[in-house]
Amino acid sequence: MGKRLLKGGHVVDPVNGRNGVFDVLIEDGRIARVGRDLPRDLAGDVVEVPSGLLVCPGLIDMHVHLREPGQEHKETVATGAAAAAAGGFTAVACMPNTVPVNDNAGVTGYILQKAAEANLVRVYPIGAVSRGQQGEQLADIAELKQAGCVAVTDDGRPVATALLMRRALEYTRMFEMPVIEHCEEQTLKADGVAHEGFQAATLGLRGIPGEAESIMALRDISLAELTGGTVHIAHLSARQTLDAVRYGKSRGVRVTCEVTPHHFVLTDEMLASPVPYDTNVKMNPPLREAVDRDAIVQGLADGSVDAIATDHAPHHYDEKQVEFDHAPFGITGLETAVSLCFDRLVHPGILAVTRLVELLSVNPARILRVPGGSLSEGAPADISILAPDLDVTVSAARMRSRSKNTPFDGWRLRGGVAATIVGGRTIYVNQEVQELRF
Amino acid sequence: MKKDLLGIADLSSDEIYRVLDTAEAMREIGERPIKKVPTLRGKTVVNLFYEPSTRTRTSFEIAEKRLSADTLNVAVAASSVLKGETLADTALNIEAMAPDMIVLRHASSGACHLLARICRSKIINAGDGMHEHPTQALLDAFTIRQHKGHLDGLKIAIVGDLLHSRVLRSNVLLLTKLGAEVWVSGPPTLVPPGIERFGVRVSTSVDEAVTDADVIMMLRIQQERMQGAFFPSLREYYNVFGLTPERVRRARSDVIIMHPGPMNRGVEIASEVADGAYSVILEQVANGVAVRMAVLYLLAGEVEAD
Repeated sequence: MGKRLLKGGHVVDPVNGRNGVFDVLIEDGRIARVGRDLPRDLAGDVVEVPSGLLVCPGLIDMHVHLREPGQEHKETVATGAAAAAAGGFTAVACMPNTVPVNDNAGVTGYILQKAAEANLVRVYPIGAVSRGQQGEQLADIAELKQAGCVAVTDDGRPVATALLMRRALEYTRMFEMPVIEHCEEQTLKADGVAHEGFQAATLGLRGIPGEAESIMALRDISLAELTGGTVHIAHLSARQTLDAVRYGKSRGVRVTCEVTPHHFVLTDEMLASPVPYDTNVKMNPPLREAVDRDAIVQGLADGSVDAIATDHAPHHYDEKQVEFDHAPFGITGLETAVSLCFDRLVHPGILAVTRLVELLSVNPARILRVPGGSLSEGAPADISILAPDLDVTVSAARMRSRSKNTPFDGWRLRGGVAATIVGGRTIYVNQEVQELRF
Repeated sequence: MKKDLLGIADLSSDEIYRVLDTAEAMREIGERPIKKVPTLRGKTVVNLFYEPSTRTRTSFEIAEKRLSADTLNVAVAASSVLKGETLADTALNIEAMAPDMIVLRHASSGACHLLARICRSKIINAGDGMHEHPTQALLDAFTIRQHKGHLDGLKIAIVGDLLHSRVLRSNVLLLTKLGAEVWVSGPPTLVPPGIERFGVRVSTSVDEAVTDADVIMMLRIQQERMQGAFFPSLREYYNVFGLTPERVRRARSDVIIMHPGPMNRGVEIASEVADGAYSVILEQVANGVAVRMAVLYLLAGEVEAD
């Protein structure tokens, strides 16, 4: 691969303290140089990047469901990777609740093979904590690690018992691997389908209190303190859980957390309006109240929250076109995340773009211990070029994901993706960004 | 009125009064020797019931027949709900046969909203999950007005399983819209969060709730709630929340006692009360037919009345 010079864009690279107009030279798939006014004759291929576009270290979505193997009618590694590329992500970490569960090297290898065939974004499999995600016996975690898994989780459900969680946190210490936890005290959640509050009470939907999440988070944070292990709280939704994470961090516990765009944008009022009982606002954890949403936004601003992840959960139309009680939990997220971040966090002045890049790139790379998160010389040339002022109208029909279950269809948002570059290779260019041509 | 009757939440107080006034006229039809008018002749009404129901289904069917609608009942076994055809497909298949209205009873909240979104037929909610049971609330209001002449300013106590009750939700919405002072009472485990935001007074003391009440409305306690540990035993429930003759004496001397049925005698209500002088429980059932006739008539677009 030859040389390419990205000229004139606004580089946001918090790790290297860069936030301004810089040129980026890519050579053999890696960052060769970053500097001001690099000579054009350094590369045969010069791409002019308008200074209104942001050149960022590749965004990493550390929580997606690619559904393959086993549920290819919802998504495949290839369609999910295409959705990720269009969403501005250069890498995704995929959850193990496939069919069969990714609890062995065979499944991990299969996912990686499909990712190689798709040849788009980097795909980091996450293995199961327990065999079959049954919560009884640890999966072969060393084997999973060796096969390429970057973390373990029983996502979709919590690690069933405190004892097993303790063992998982202890055992993973030798790999410096986080245990990612879907926090949910299952007897409290019971058969709940929506956040327990006024909206659920009005609509007659069985409720899930925020405490179902925070109780489990407190268990896991206590166990991380006991064991010295590393726990990452997935898709944090309740203000009580954020307090639990702050408590853990204040004690020096190795705990991090992520939030999803839908939890920092939407509330449970979406259950009633505009479409009553819309199954595309049914997800787990559920949309919570404005006070929770505001707490999460505050946590994003003050540093309590470490990462933004989408919990991209594709489901087929048929599966969602049923009674609210019977619909599966989850919505897609890969292709709306960047626009929602700009429109709801950056433009209102809640987050600086440097902080956004930390949440979407620097910290996910750090938490998962994967390459990326910076435009350091010698690093893989994984670059997301973002268009903060692009007018975007969300169109579910035009999405790359095989599933269209998004509550944001038709939303008009300011901010989007211009291009996605992985290993120096351009894997996505947004044709609507006129001023950028590769 | 709108295309569908999905819940009391969608009705204005004017629309509620219109149903009640229309029901007065409909009641008279039921008192004739020939209890039938041609109002809905040529209209087809499908009663699609996903939950067992005797009272509501029979009531709708009689109402439909008195208005000369062609009516048929489709009862779907609860066991086939998850493995068989989806609700949407069943509805679309029925819809293909061009009915005018579908009366739906379903165990899931919001099932009627799903149908209303995908069907051209008018949808009448005959009870959806824990959400609403609008015709029950309308017949309750009709019964109260019959006895009291009005609803505004009345003290109405609703006692029982508030959490799981669609009757409670519809009644609270309706009664507060019409200006009644609504008290609700039940074990704290069976009180939905945020219920005071509906504009009701909440008390865990039945005695307080029923004191000087004009109307006491009891809600059914489902025995399976004990397994959910909502309360310890039926015996204890009766002792703390059951409507006994002693408790009735705290209410106004002209109190009326209501129950949407089916009753658990000796659990939420003593037989002496259910069958006593203050009870209007069977009148509610009778009025149900007239109110449902009114709803069918008004939704059908107010075709020429007989």
